[in-house]
Amino acid sequence: MEADTTTAARGEPPSGKPPALVVDHLTKRFGDRTAFEDVSFSVAQGEVFGFLGPNGAGKTTTVRTLGTLIAPTSGSASVAGIPLTMDNGPEIRQHIAIMPENPGLYRRLTVTENLQLFAGLYEQRNATVRIGEALEAVNLTARARDLCGSLSKGLRQRVGLARALLNDPAVMFLDEPTSGLDPVATREVNDLIVGLRQRGVTVFLTTHRLEEAERLCDRVAFLNTTLRLVGRPDELRERLFSRSLTVETLTPLAAPDDVFNSAVGVESWRPEGASSYVLSVTDPRNVAPQVTRALVAAGADVVSISESRHSLEDVYLQLINDDPEASPR
Amino acid sequence: MKFSFIRLGAVLHKELREYRRSPFIVLTMAVLPLVFLIEPLITIFRIGPSVAASTADRAVSGTFLVLLIAPALLPAVIAAYSVVGEREQGTLEPLLTTPLRREELLLGKAIGVVVPAVGLAYVVFAVVQVCARLFASNTYVVSALGQGSHILAEILFAPLLAGWSIWVGIGISARASDVRVAQQLGTLSSIPPLAVVALVSFDVFTPSVTLAVVFALILLVADVILFRVVSALFDRERLITGASAQRAPSAGGQVPPAGTVRRIPRIGGSDDG
Repeated sequence: MEADTTTAARGEPPSGKPPALVVDHLTKRFGDRTAFEDVSFSVAQGEVFGFLGPNGAGKTTTVRTLGTLIAPTSGSASVAGIPLTMDNGPEIRQHIAIMPENPGLYRRLTVTENLQLFAGLYEQRNATVRIGEALEAVNLTARARDLCGSLSKGLRQRVGLARALLNDPAVMFLDEPTSGLDPVATREVNDLIVGLRQRGVTVFLTTHRLEEAERLCDRVAFLNTTLRLVGRPDELRERLFSRSLTVETLTPLAAPDDVFNSAVGVESWRPEGASSYVLSVTDPRNVAPQVTRALVAAGADVVSISESRHSLEDVYLQLINDDPEASPR
Repeated sequence: MKFSFIRLGAVLHKELREYRRSPFIVLTMAVLPLVFLIEPLITIFRIGPSVAASTADRAVSGTFLVLLIAPALLPAVIAAYSVVGEREQGTLEPLLTTPLRREELLLGKAIGVVVPAVGLAYVVFAVVQVCARLFASNTYVVSALGQGSHILAEILFAPLLAGWSIWVGIGISARASDVRVAQQLGTLSSIPPLAVVALVSFDVFTPSVTLAVVFALILLVADVILFRVVSALFDRERLITGASAQRAPSAGGQVPPAGTVRRIPRIGGSDDG
């Protein structure tokens, strides 16, 4: 039961500022079924925190629990500095915004009318100004009078984001905001999330799109009923994968053992294809020149030497492969 | 956070806007009172000048029964749609993510139904009164319709009967998983108070101001109790997930600081990171 800890520079809360979210051994069960169990993490103010996991992992239930829509079975949390209790529900909901996967707009009402309802629910004093700012932030001012039923899915997501901006939330929960969107609409929503980060909004993002999480998130967490891993994407890569170099030569090496063992810092190697080799190394930047010299000295025709890159998807798949419980449900 | 009339008003405004944009709702709201207008008028006009007072009195009582069916029946279907309908179109969850309290949501929705239903009932009643004065040939009918107790009964019972139907309808809606089932049950729920009105109309009870006030008070108390019961039935967790809340005392424990990479080991497994 070892708990490794490493400071994540970007995820570290500014000194003196309390975390936006603190989750402590939180568990939710529906009868015999466990939605998520013993989940603990914290999110710094202004951080974009990715929450990843397979279908049925408990991501949406976690969001709903932190949003006071459902009560935890055990454990505790604080959201925007307010202890998570059902009595504190209205106060917590005043300081957060949740955008569900389906934005749930009133299709017979216009964009503005939808926003007017929510501005009223947040008791916004300058509702008209606030709505105008929110629409401008998502670049929807021109569609303000359109019925929501006539909008494309991408535009509806943008209205959902505008709605989430109305109360100037301290924490914004985005549940699969790009689910079902085409690449252009996905890019637009991603740009909006970047905009939120620039505004200093804490974003809690659940997503299946790993490249999206890698690009947008300061830190990510992998959930599959229990929390498997939390950290910065690059740290997770380093933790799950040994650092390696990929060497490609024009023809297969006659004695690869001799060549690679002569380079300091190469821990092991394995062939990958006819004339390609993957070297496990201590420090790719320092070892690469030595490997190059060893190859040249051995008379090899070097085609390329590159550091092996692992995506967040590799991390995700590695976790899935590692963990029998983590297989998609 | 306290009860907010601003939030209640926002819900009410939305409800009324949605009705205006829904031709089906407007149509059913308009057609039903029309039916309840035509039937009493035919009854009143068919009573000739020589018809006995007792016969005319029975006809007037029947007319009042019909006039009270509208405010009881009209809101039942709409109220039964109110929560389960929002759930089906996916708009309930975003509403519940706001500071909106369940009492504000329920009252906003209830007022949104009661205003048009009672408004239409009063309009129909006024039209019957005017038509009777202008065109009825039996003078007893005209004077009976204009009696203060009858007018008081209509003014009192229309909102109270509507209230019953609305709260029962919303209660059903908060627990139902299907719009059609909710609407059918909601329609049936408007029958019990009408049964009492029918007993009065058919002289099982002798109508009097005292009886009207007592019955009105009973309905008022029932409406308040129903509001409380429906508020208690409104379970966010059940509405969102289909399962009731199961809570337990919170547990203690250390929380890692933000910015910490933490590998949670598997129970009984190796931490092979």
